[in-house]
Amino acid sequence: MKKFYFTFFSILFFTHASFAVVKIDITRGNLEPLPIAISKFYMDDPSKFSAELKALKLDEKMSEVISNNLKRSGLFRIIDPKSYIQSARIAHAKPTFQDWALIKAQIMVSGKLVIDKKKRLRVEFRLWDVVNTKEIEGLALFATPNSWRRIAHIISDKIYERMTGELGYFDTRIIYVAESGPKDQRVKKLAIMDQDGANNKYLTLGNELVLTPRFNPASQMITYMSYFKNLPRVYLLNIETGMQELVGDFPGMTFAPRFSSDGRKIIMSFAKDGNSDIYSMDIKSRLVEQLTSHPSIDTSPSYSSDGKYITFNSDRSGAQQIYVMKSDGSKVKRISFGQGLYGTPVWSPRGDLIAFTKIFKGNFYIGVMRSDGTGERLLTQNYYQEAPSWSPNGRVLIFYREAKAKKSGLGASSSLWSIDLTGYNERQIKTPTDASDPAWSGLLSK
Amino acid sequence: MYRSVSLSVLFHLGFVLLTALTLPFVKKEPITAQQLIAIDIIQISEKTQIPFAPKAREIIEKIKKEKKKERVVTKQAPPKVTPKEKPKLVPLPDKLKLKKQEEKKKKQNPKEVKELSRQSSEFEKKELFDPNKIAALIDKSKEETADIQKKQSLEATQNQDQTVNLNKGITLSQEDAIKAQIYKCWNIPLGLPFDQNLLVRIRMKLRQDGSILSSEVLDHRRMNQPGQGYYKVLAESALRAVKLCDPLKMPSTGYEKWKDLQLNFDAKEMLRG
Repeated sequence: MKKFYFTFFSILFFTHASFAVVKIDITRGNLEPLPIAISKFYMDDPSKFSAELKALKLDEKMSEVISNNLKRSGLFRIIDPKSYIQSARIAHAKPTFQDWALIKAQIMVSGKLVIDKKKRLRVEFRLWDVVNTKEIEGLALFATPNSWRRIAHIISDKIYERMTGELGYFDTRIIYVAESGPKDQRVKKLAIMDQDGANNKYLTLGNELVLTPRFNPASQMITYMSYFKNLPRVYLLNIETGMQELVGDFPGMTFAPRFSSDGRKIIMSFAKDGNSDIYSMDIKSRLVEQLTSHPSIDTSPSYSSDGKYITFNSDRSGAQQIYVMKSDGSKVKRISFGQGLYGTPVWSPRGDLIAFTKIFKGNFYIGVMRSDGTGERLLTQNYYQEAPSWSPNGRVLIFYREAKAKKSGLGASSSLWSIDLTGYNERQIKTPTDASDPAWSGLLSK
Repeated sequence: MYRSVSLSVLFHLGFVLLTALTLPFVKKEPITAQQLIAIDIIQISEKTQIPFAPKAREIIEKIKKEKKKERVVTKQAPPKVTPKEKPKLVPLPDKLKLKKQEEKKKKQNPKEVKELSRQSSEFEKKELFDPNKIAALIDKSKEETADIQKKQSLEATQNQDQTVNLNKGITLSQEDAIKAQIYKCWNIPLGLPFDQNLLVRIRMKLRQDGSILSSEVLDHRRMNQPGQGYYKVLAESALRAVKLCDPLKMPSTGYEKWKDLQLNFDAKEMLRG
């Protein structure tokens, strides 16, 4: 009983006292990118590194690749390595946080490289919260020394994930159409590269015209449109084996293919007698299903991330607009109602947004809207740009842009660009040749 | 027998009386009305010193202009305004008091009480008893005991907490000064989703010179739960902001009022743009 009274009275008085706490709502802060220091990765035992590896300067390159990745995300500001006071070795073992706080770093990354007995490269990295003086992430990764770039991308993803709370997108690849030659005799080849532009490779020889390559979410397969014997058809290509095959046996042209998010189906347009409708095909059973049947042009289909809905564009209302329907083709609903024409809708991997190209008063815009058509936001405007594709975390869009040709007809070059959802962080992705129709892969290390 | 019964009655009566006198909530009628005088100091919050987000700035400047015009008029009127800091020290004629009392009684409803209590002094607030505070009490106990596994319940406590910011032991301009300091120190994690209800509450104890004695995240258990990645990111950024701002520049007086601070970090407004 005594206890009861004691607790009763203590609660009574305790709560009274707690009213004295002053509560302040902090609803604003600065929107500067997070200042982060990336210390050089050091070689633990240089004698074990072969001369070739030493020549690669892995210690510098590692931190350089990570720095570039984080910088391009727009969420981090890399502090100039020249201002770092502490040596890489000490920074990795037990950093003196004051030294890093002095150069206004809030976060610090350190790492070391080891060649183990099996001649594998072992990369250790640590992420330090300089302000709260503690380690917040640590990881060791093994790989053959040649794949050091992928390790750097995976580490970048880990840092991004830890500092933003969402999945990264650095350990990914981009497939695109590499273009060369004059306008009337353009050679178009399929090309693939890392998301930062490194490791560029060509997948086709350029004998046939290729367009709209798309990744399977599992990232081993690509579907694209190619002209063979002057008939455009949808093909499947396995990146690992190089096997190429025709998709479906349609008596006409098929185009605008895309995988479903589970990778089991391909959805595309099939055109016959001037009318195009949307079809899906199960990859294993080869079962084809017609989803729309309307005397207008229905094209550019894209599955939602859960596979329950499909978005596409159609001119059934008289002008090209974006529609959403259930994955069986029922309940078609128009979602774009703004001025101008809307096309190439793509559902975000997060499921909340649909990216699109908008043509209005002779300008091309890349924008996003919610899947019910509300909240339309235009991110970027240019003379000619289209075909947005999402990064696997649904934060960044990649698209291509064509520069205005001079009166002589020369100078029309196309290039790849990326922009994030804020609309401020727009960057060009450098490619060896002109490039168009980019598509982003899923995370490779998932 | 007779004696023991009367004794018992006496003691019981005594106890009932004692409770009635000491425990404030036994009284049905709130004792708020008498002390609530300072009605004229309202709307300082609308003129807060820190510039709002760019879009809102224009609107605020408009309001400011209108207010300026009004001020010219009030200059000619007899000064009504009581000092901001210590309203309890200002003696008022009894008649006036009574008038105000009557007005209060007519007006009284929960919403009004919330507005008015903002202007009352620290001392008066302790006497106040209103339904909003029950919510505060419940919220407090929830914080201690409730199972915070479910996300929904988490958001519920957050929402309740947002409504309970009645007790301002410091003036609004002092509050603005603290806010301005924290705003500079806080790097909002730009990748956070704008459509999720994320609120991080940090409780701190301060020394007399404004340096931080201790700081902790309320709901810190939530930080390490799976699927709460965004919350963890926000909480860590808030902790960094507090550390970077240490020591805070605090008013030289009234240490008792601001020695315990709770900062509610909410980036939603900013991220929505």
